[in-house]
Amino acid sequence: MRDLLFLIPLSPFAGFLVLVLAGGRLPRMAVALVGCGSVGIAALLALLIGCRFVADPPEGHFLRQELGSWIEVGGLNASFGLYLDALSLVMMLVVAVVGFLIHLYSSEFMDQEEGYSRFFAYMNLFVGFMLTLVLADNLLLLLLGWEGVGLCSYLLIGFWYKDPANGYAARKAFVVTRVGDTAMILGVFLLFYSFGTLDIGEILYLAPRSWELGSTTALAAAALLLGGAVGKSAQLPLQTWLPDAMAGPTPVSALIHAATMVTAGVYLIARTHVLFELAPGVMRLVAAIGAATLMLAAFSALTQRDIKRVLAYSTISQIGYMFLALGVGAWSAAMFHFVTHAFFKALLFLGAGVVIQALQHEHDMFKMGGLRKELPLTFATFVIGAASLAALPLVTAGFYSKELILTSVWASGRGGPWLWGAGVLGAFLTAVYSSRMVLLAFLGEPHWAAISRRPGSRMLGVLAVLAIGSLFAGLLQTPHLLGNITIFSNFMEQALPAARLAQEALWSETLLQTVATGAVLLGVFVAYVLHVRAPRWRETVAGSALGSGLDRLWLTGWAFDWFYDKAFVQPFTRLARLNRRDVVDRIFAGIALLMRASHHGLARTQTGSLRWYAMGIGAGTVVIIAIILYL
Amino acid sequence: MATVPLEHVLLLAAILFVMGLAGVLVRRNIIFMLISVEVMLNAAGVAFVAAGSRWGQADGQIMFLLILSMAAAEVSVGLALILHLFWQSKTLDADSASEMKG
Amino acid sequence: MTLVFYLAAAVAVAATFLVITRLDAVHALLYLIVSLLAVALIFFVLGAPFVAALEVIIYAGAIMVLFLFVIMMLNLGGEAITQERQWLKPRMWIGPGILSAFLLALLVPVIFHGKSQLATMAAVEPKQVGVVLFGPYLVAVQLAAMLLLAGLVGASHLRRREYQLEMKEDRP
Repeated sequence: MRDLLFLIPLSPFAGFLVLVLAGGRLPRMAVALVGCGSVGIAALLALLIGCRFVADPPEGHFLRQELGSWIEVGGLNASFGLYLDALSLVMMLVVAVVGFLIHLYSSEFMDQEEGYSRFFAYMNLFVGFMLTLVLADNLLLLLLGWEGVGLCSYLLIGFWYKDPANGYAARKAFVVTRVGDTAMILGVFLLFYSFGTLDIGEILYLAPRSWELGSTTALAAAALLLGGAVGKSAQLPLQTWLPDAMAGPTPVSALIHAATMVTAGVYLIARTHVLFELAPGVMRLVAAIGAATLMLAAFSALTQRDIKRVLAYSTISQIGYMFLALGVGAWSAAMFHFVTHAFFKALLFLGAGVVIQALQHEHDMFKMGGLRKELPLTFATFVIGAASLAALPLVTAGFYSKELILTSVWASGRGGPWLWGAGVLGAFLTAVYSSRMVLLAFLGEPHWAAISRRPGSRMLGVLAVLAIGSLFAGLLQTPHLLGNITIFSNFMEQALPAARLAQEALWSETLLQTVATGAVLLGVFVAYVLHVRAPRWRETVAGSALGSGLDRLWLTGWAFDWFYDKAFVQPFTRLARLNRRDVVDRIFAGIALLMRASHHGLARTQTGSLRWYAMGIGAGTVVIIAIILYL
Repeated sequence: MATVPLEHVLLLAAILFVMGLAGVLVRRNIIFMLISVEVMLNAAGVAFVAAGSRWGQADGQIMFLLILSMAAAEVSVGLALILHLFWQSKTLDADSASEMKG
Repeated sequence: MTLVFYLAAAVAVAATFLVITRLDAVHALLYLIVSLLAVALIFFVLGAPFVAALEVIIYAGAIMVLFLFVIMMLNLGGEAITQERQWLKPRMWIGPGILSAFLLALLVPVIFHGKSQLATMAAVEPKQVGVVLFGPYLVAVQLAAMLLLAGLVGASHLRRREYQLEMKEDRP
């Protein structure tokens, strides 16, 4: 079982190779077979290994497979090693299974597109890198996966490269995440400098024994790693790339920018949790970032017109919840929310994809409406996804995971009422915008002319599977009052420490949960009122000075793009324009120029005149004689 | 036998050599350059003979003999070349043979 | 005898100076012959009669005569003298003069370094020269002979005037 571990990342890489080398010449059916099949093999193996792992846990609750040495230089010994424990098992399962479902969906979704094999090649490459990231046992291999998924994100956002706006969005994503990646690489350097090894297990073992709680090195290392996580997971202040990344095809948004890649930051922090626990200041920062981001993104999602942008801001917000949970030390709560979020967010994106294709690539929700009758199955699954997102009580998986987070935030020693309040406000807003999404897109009067394409069986099948997941995945972990199932947290405790919750009385816990639930239901009601009962009142408010101002502010994501442009981009371009002649290059060009000049100068001495040469010989000889005699 | 200090003979050789060098560099006519070269060779020979005579050995004279034979061969071939130069460009100007310029 | 040396040295230097400053080639050659004869006398004073004779016979007698033949053959005439006067302005002497003076200044301290020695121990007779020449220096004789052979072959090949025309005629 352990020996088959390497096949899981290898299978998508093999698929990528096949598609890159021969994809252009294969028929679409073959391309889809290879593309989905490679990820399917990975998913199957992941499930098998997962079942074995759960049923018959190995020694120490982890598996390790060494595939050979990679770099052995100086003190650095990095190898291709895979490490499977509860944390990476959960991530691996989600990535492989949800990835496979999305591949299946896109085999039908993208079949009218040119570049079909290129799409699947990139998607396979992405899944391969993501699995490498998740299964890596040392930071260098993790970085390889990290950079690889960044590359694939760039390639896939700019998939329709003929439109320069897509290329711009892809570059923006790459550059913004690169800011975070730089911090992360510096963090890796610091860790290597401190411990002399990049093996994650060793680092986590050595760190508490070498660093004091709250020491500057620990703070620095944790903060740098946080920088990388913030970039990749589109949190404050590096969240500006994710809404623009919606320029890519919808399955890409589903896979990369909802379910998997953007959660790589969450995985990183969870994986290196020991370092973060040694740096309490950074943990508080993580929680603060999570809380601020979730609120900020939720406000922005309220005003978006493009259905994919709503979902993008929603992703940013939900990952904010995960960061919030990490920041208060509720590690398994964050991972639980990751699992449920993967299901319902992928579901929402794929459903949005169906709608977009049905209405000839219409993204504006205000031009949709009334699709309930035309696309019934899509409507049903979309409603399930939106309900899970809003954390509708008791029936949806999202409810259980969000409740877990909120409970942990209140009760944890590092949390507190303010963070809990932010979470509840976020839950309210989430309910508002997800209901708004459903109301605008599927209910109400149709603002469109005709349905151009109905989803096929593959797409609907995938939607159905994800809907089931969105409903029932929550049953892995339920609160005390509702059955007290702790399957998930028990499993995660093999790898991550349990959240240190203050012992609250059962009634206070229930009260808090009721308040949160109330907020959700209130949000649904508010959305219903605003969009169905009294739409004109809404328009008046939106038309007012304050309303339109807020509307514009939230539409642009709190004007972060404008701010970054003024603060960073424009000074930089100004400097670049100053240096247009490139000072450094001048130095090198100057060397060449010097050589040319001396050549010309020396060429002048070749006069061809005999007497000149005689003079030269004479003078030279005299000089040499002088040197020999006197020096 | 004469009691001439060696340094004076060498000084004489140096003076003759230096004058020959000046002649080579100054003159523009090739014939005169060749003549000046002969002067220099002769001066070198004086130095050799003086040195050999100082030790009372024949080696200096033998060196002079070799210089002499070299000068003879050089002059014969050199003059033949000068003739060709003259036939080709109708002048004995050393600067006229500057086609290797640049 | 010592006085003879100094007189002959003076003559040699003066004659050489005149050699390099004359305008007429023939004059220069004649002055060169005078210089060579003075040098031959110096050799004789130094106790090297063999090379004194060689100097007169070969250097002054053969090489200079060869020079004269060629110059006569060139048949330059009066315009050569005017051309020479044009080329040999006094300011031309500055550069070479300085260089030569510098070289002399370099050599003089080296020459006068150390204990003063006499130039002559005893005369070296021709017989002695012959013995050494065909003893240890036999290879040098062979080399000199080959050198002269090369000079002979080269000079006889280069005598042809219409070089290219003859080459073309030789081809069928």
